[in-house]
Amino acid sequence: MDVTVKNVRKEFGDFPALHDVSLDIHSGELIALLGPSGSGKTTLLRLIAGLDFPTEGAIHFGDEDASLKSVQDRNVGFVFQHYALFRHMSVLDNVGFGLKVRKARNRPSKAEIEKRARDLLEFVQLGGLEKRYPNQLSGGQRQRVALARALAIEPKVLLLDEPFGALDAQVRKELRRWLREIHESTGHTTVFVTHDQEEALELADRVVVMSQGRIEQVGKPDEVYDHPNSPTVFSFIGESSKLPVSIDRGQLYFADRPLGLRSQGVADGEAHLFFRPHDVEIVEGGETAIAGIVVASRRTAGTRQVELEVGGAKERMEIEIPVDHPATAKTRIAFRPKRWSVFAG
Amino acid sequence: MAYDIRLPDPTTESRTAKWVTIVIAGLFLAVVLFIPLVAVFLEAFRLGLGAFVAAITEPDALAAIRLTLLVAAIAVPLNMVFGVAAAWAIAKYEFKGKAFLTTLIDLPFSVSPVIAGLVYVLLFGSGSVLGPIFNSAGLQILFAVPGVVLATLFVTFPFVARELIPLMEDQGTGDEEAAISLGANGWQTFWNVTLPNIKWGLLYGVLLCNARAMGEFGAVSVVSGRLRGETVTMPLQIEILYNEYNFSAAFAVAALLALLALVTLILKALLERVYGRDHANGVRH
Repeated sequence: MDVTVKNVRKEFGDFPALHDVSLDIHSGELIALLGPSGSGKTTLLRLIAGLDFPTEGAIHFGDEDASLKSVQDRNVGFVFQHYALFRHMSVLDNVGFGLKVRKARNRPSKAEIEKRARDLLEFVQLGGLEKRYPNQLSGGQRQRVALARALAIEPKVLLLDEPFGALDAQVRKELRRWLREIHESTGHTTVFVTHDQEEALELADRVVVMSQGRIEQVGKPDEVYDHPNSPTVFSFIGESSKLPVSIDRGQLYFADRPLGLRSQGVADGEAHLFFRPHDVEIVEGGETAIAGIVVASRRTAGTRQVELEVGGAKERMEIEIPVDHPATAKTRIAFRPKRWSVFAG
Repeated sequence: MAYDIRLPDPTTESRTAKWVTIVIAGLFLAVVLFIPLVAVFLEAFRLGLGAFVAAITEPDALAAIRLTLLVAAIAVPLNMVFGVAAAWAIAKYEFKGKAFLTTLIDLPFSVSPVIAGLVYVLLFGSGSVLGPIFNSAGLQILFAVPGVVLATLFVTFPFVARELIPLMEDQGTGDEEAAISLGANGWQTFWNVTLPNIKWGLLYGVLLCNARAMGEFGAVSVVSGRLRGETVTMPLQIEILYNEYNFSAAFAVAALLALLALVTLILKALLERVYGRDHANGVRH
């Protein structure tokens, strides 16, 4: 089921949560809404679900305008951040709930509901836990129950709000891979919200980067990582360092010294240079490069991150250097980004 | 080597402080609560069991008991429904005047019951607008059972709502949203999700509401007109008997009323134990 968000605006009282957001979600896609808290990603998810209604704009499911349909009629599977499992119902009853509350003519028989709930629990690898109550399950198991419950209603679209937010790192990784498998075997159009860029990049077919109620960039994980289209996206996705530069005839200058980097088509004037701290090469000798004094250094796993002071004490930035590099405090290091982006302003 | 003396808990006071506080609390409870309660029962049975039974099976006493139970049977379910509705509105929705409504719910707690009674006299008395209208329709409100029910409703309104508002606010709307996203309509959501989540709080509120409904004196006293055998509830009957110097009969009815209250309290304590267990298991959260 294609989902189309058309020029949607949402205000809560006087607070604008989304400004004119448009997005095409293709059938069968796994999409991540990625952004910091307050970026409007959960609001967008709730609008698609019908748990909130847009102030302006429309949401289409396929060719059909679903904007005015109630959440019950939209038939979406929604997995809540804290799962919202019904605590007084067994796992089996939780999963069967969506079928039990159907109108009589669409409702399967009791035995059929139970069978389907059991099959789904088997599918999410929770066979044997039917009689348990939510408070007797671990966080990861609750997450699986919540997903099975959402899948039970045979949703047109599956929506997940921070699906792994409340889990510890190990379980989170495991469930991530598992969600991908579930997605591939069911083929549901799936949208999930996350603030964890690693999660979004690893899991999604396409990533929607959001900030302050706007969509900044939509693209495949590689695209948004390698070619961020704005300073916001660059600094939000992955590690980044930035340096204020000026551009003269297509060349970058910092404090009137040439850096040996091209401006990539950005017009002459003031700009910012962005690069990944790990995507640099150390330069020996007198080549044109960015030079700085090491002020702090820390070892993280396989690399060493050093903080450099560039241009007197004015700018600080981080780069990654090999662990065996001899640099210590006060050492001068010269480097050049291997890949970089330039944004005017 | 392990320490072989037991170190005191850092928050534990000295033994003296502990015993002094316990004795003060115990004495206070004994003088203010326990001794009077025992005295009521002793006085009730002073002339023997026969006299006690005779006193509470006397026609006026029986009528008072019946009326008290009837009033509670009407007022408590109504306030249960109103209380749930009010708590639902306040806890789950945002709307203008919410703070005002919350304050209004507390009004019966802050206003003297006598004033509550007088309000109904003003509203439905012979000099009022509403009274004659109802009278001409053949419905006597004041100095009749409907007045007693209304006054009791007013006084006992806050119990259920007050109990549920914090509970429902704490639980939020997540479970309800989950239910509707799964296709449940409003009633199914309430019956299958909301009600089970609030059932202990609701029962607790209902019990307190019931205890007060049976024991209310001030407001009922004003609106009832004290027609013996007709509009006199147990608390009123006790006062009438007492004023007639019929102490043993007064205490007999009082003992029965106290017994009803005690049963309510015991039920409440039992519920709290179950409720507490649920809470410890995390069933509420």
